[in-house]
Amino acid sequence: MNEQQSLWEFMRQQSDKLAEQTLQHIGLTFISLFIAVLIGLPLGIFISRRKQFSGGVLGVAGVLQTIPSIALLGFMIPVLGIGPKPAITALLLYALLPIIRNTYTGITGVDAAVKEAAVAMGMSKWQVLFKVELPLAMPVIFAGIRTATVITVGVATLASYIAAGGLGEFIFGGISLNNTNMILAGAIPAAMLAILFDFLLSRLQKLDSKKLKTAAIALPVILILLSSFYLIPKTYATKLKAGFTPEFMGRQDGNLGLQSKYGLHINPVVISDAVMYKAAYQKQLDVISGYSTDGRLKAYGLLVLEDDKKIFPPYYAAPIVREDALQKYPDLENTLNLLAGKINDSTMTALNYQTDYLHQTPERVAKNFLIHNKLFKPARNGNAGIIRIGSKIFGEQYILANMYSMLIRGYTDYDVSTKTGLGGTKICFDALTNDQIDFYPEYTGTGLLAILNPPAKTVDELTLNKDATYRYVKDEFDKKYQVKWLKPIGFNNTYALMMRAEQARKLNIKTISDLKRYLDSK
Amino acid sequence: MIRVQHLSKHFCNVKAVDDISFEVQEHENLILLGTSGCGKTTTLKMINRLIEADAGEIFINGKSIRAESPEELRIGIGYVLQNNGLFPHYTVAQNIAIVPQLLKWDKKRIEKRTAELLEKLRLSTDYLKAYPAELSGGQQQRVGLARALAANPAVLLMDEPFAALDNVTRSKIHAEFKALDELKRKTIIMVTHDVQEAFELGDRICLMDKGKIVQDGTPAELLFKPQNDFVKEFLKEQRLLLEFKTITVKSLWHLLSNEEIKGMGPGILVNYKVDLWTVFERATLSNAERLNMMNLENKEVKTVSFESLTAAFYQYKKQQAHE
Repeated sequence: MNEQQSLWEFMRQQSDKLAEQTLQHIGLTFISLFIAVLIGLPLGIFISRRKQFSGGVLGVAGVLQTIPSIALLGFMIPVLGIGPKPAITALLLYALLPIIRNTYTGITGVDAAVKEAAVAMGMSKWQVLFKVELPLAMPVIFAGIRTATVITVGVATLASYIAAGGLGEFIFGGISLNNTNMILAGAIPAAMLAILFDFLLSRLQKLDSKKLKTAAIALPVILILLSSFYLIPKTYATKLKAGFTPEFMGRQDGNLGLQSKYGLHINPVVISDAVMYKAAYQKQLDVISGYSTDGRLKAYGLLVLEDDKKIFPPYYAAPIVREDALQKYPDLENTLNLLAGKINDSTMTALNYQTDYLHQTPERVAKNFLIHNKLFKPARNGNAGIIRIGSKIFGEQYILANMYSMLIRGYTDYDVSTKTGLGGTKICFDALTNDQIDFYPEYTGTGLLAILNPPAKTVDELTLNKDATYRYVKDEFDKKYQVKWLKPIGFNNTYALMMRAEQARKLNIKTISDLKRYLDSK
Repeated sequence: MIRVQHLSKHFCNVKAVDDISFEVQEHENLILLGTSGCGKTTTLKMINRLIEADAGEIFINGKSIRAESPEELRIGIGYVLQNNGLFPHYTVAQNIAIVPQLLKWDKKRIEKRTAELLEKLRLSTDYLKAYPAELSGGQQQRVGLARALAANPAVLLMDEPFAALDNVTRSKIHAEFKALDELKRKTIIMVTHDVQEAFELGDRICLMDKGKIVQDGTPAELLFKPQNDFVKEFLKEQRLLLEFKTITVKSLWHLLSNEEIKGMGPGILVNYKVDLWTVFERATLSNAERLNMMNLENKEVKTVSFESLTAAFYQYKKQQAHE
């Protein structure tokens, strides 16, 4: 991909995908919104009639609102699997609160004298509801639906974490790939959708009561129509169902390489790596993109397919440090190098297994490892300066950050502050170059492809040899960013395709070429 | 027409209405008078079942109000609220048409009735398409009255209908209210805390306190034959004014004699059925010296001075006190 490519070019190039994602996004938003209105409106009316339930219902809806969106999506997976169902459920749960609350507030806010007059004139309960309460509460209810719409458009970006599509595919792919154009290609349409829908609903709200009646009929029709965008059937032609992370989808050493080098067209869904392994384990996916040292490999009995054409470049981990930090803290380099060559692939997988599956804290895992390897020293509690450690948002990086933190405290007089859980390569690297952190563990392959992004020919030459890759990124980072690669830690956390071991054995698939052969066979 | 028997209602151990009974004759205007919390509004709302009674019975035209559904009952009873309770999202015309529409009148009939009511209540037809918020307080109250009268109910319940209006508007509406022949054919129960209003509009007044009726009688009976000290106390402040408004020239007729008046000032002709307050008002306004009172039945006229009318009034009061 050309670095100089403009946003406009990117969007034009990806227009098919962009249109598909936008329609998915609109569909996802409105299906959820439609169901949320269907549930929220009657519920709001109900609690305005039986006030004793209002506290409970609003409380539950309020609690749902406070659950972080990704966590809510996570809760849905064991029950509803991956894909549209959990995404729609989670979205509608988020949309419920404003709709219920505004319906309740709107109806209870209707002037008591007006309601009394309606009853006193002989109107039945339903007549009072439809002729007096709902029309008078409509502006407030509408405001609630508007709020819900904007929330839903925003949260729907997260649907891409669980293979439900939408503009989040570009946004999160872009963040992992350090591709600003890709982020913007997802974020700008999402923001515009939110603004557009809010505007359209505000216009609808300003209609007078007569036109509002027409609108009240038109709205559900429009909602269903928009929802149907999502229901346009997708074709999954392949025999095996694949799920790749947004990052993997856009990378040369990912899906693009699989297509060009292996000719593997597997039509994957996009899914977050947080739920991908479990989905494979639960047989909702058959082929996933993963990391070769991930602890869940062991936990879920997954088999790494051999990369027989070598498209995945080596991803040797090493701390990368800003040069000026090395000068400022002279003891830092030697301390970080204490870990060099100490952890191989299987050790790292075992360590990851302890955190990912046995749920031990990264701190405890890190300390046990250091003690076992006689590297641990108690903290000196020095105050010669504070070193800021960054890490990406997955277990392995947490473990490494904890190890480095303990080493620095035990071997030097520096103190440590950790900024763990930075969302992706782009966020981590930007934090480093902008002097927000001093170092973080990075992988040679990521440095090469996500940050340096050299011409395809250079990549092809480099990826065959791990030392060549390391030397190249070390030199280039030094020149371009004044960031130094320290000695590699030892393990190679590369991309890998993996399947359930059992299924792979049954289908006799060991390499990616085997997988292609299997898919091509009729 | 309306018979209330042993009616009671309590809210959480507080007796809002405590075993009261009264009757309202056809075309009579009964006022439920009292301070706030005396149970008058609760009593009113039990009549159209906005509040269900705990005990006791209410009959309208001999029929228990529980004999039909609350909706059917209410459709047949006009109801006017203090804050008018007009539907803010309906135009004046739509507001007036609510009950006729519930009764499924056809469009023409509704339009005709609406026009008729607007005319009687002196509202311009320009307002038909206006929303309540665009009207003044007095106009809103008139529309509220028109809405209650729309389907021509025999009974009208009014809950402090004029309390939210300013004094000038209120006395104007009082005058219209008394003049409206449509209302003369209604049986009306009106709740108010305003003593003057009660005396001005009521044929009969039930003075209530702590959920009970203290005295049930005509304005004159309340004034001159108070049942107890509570009634006296209640009317004390505006007593003189109320007396002037309650006593008519007719009731003093036997105390007045024709006299020769020397002064050259103007005179006024007074119908002997009007109250003293009106006479004094007119006399003061035109600076009259000769008050010519006329008995409408036999066309007898008595000319008296301001002073002798006042003297007759005090004499009358003395007589009442001794009875």
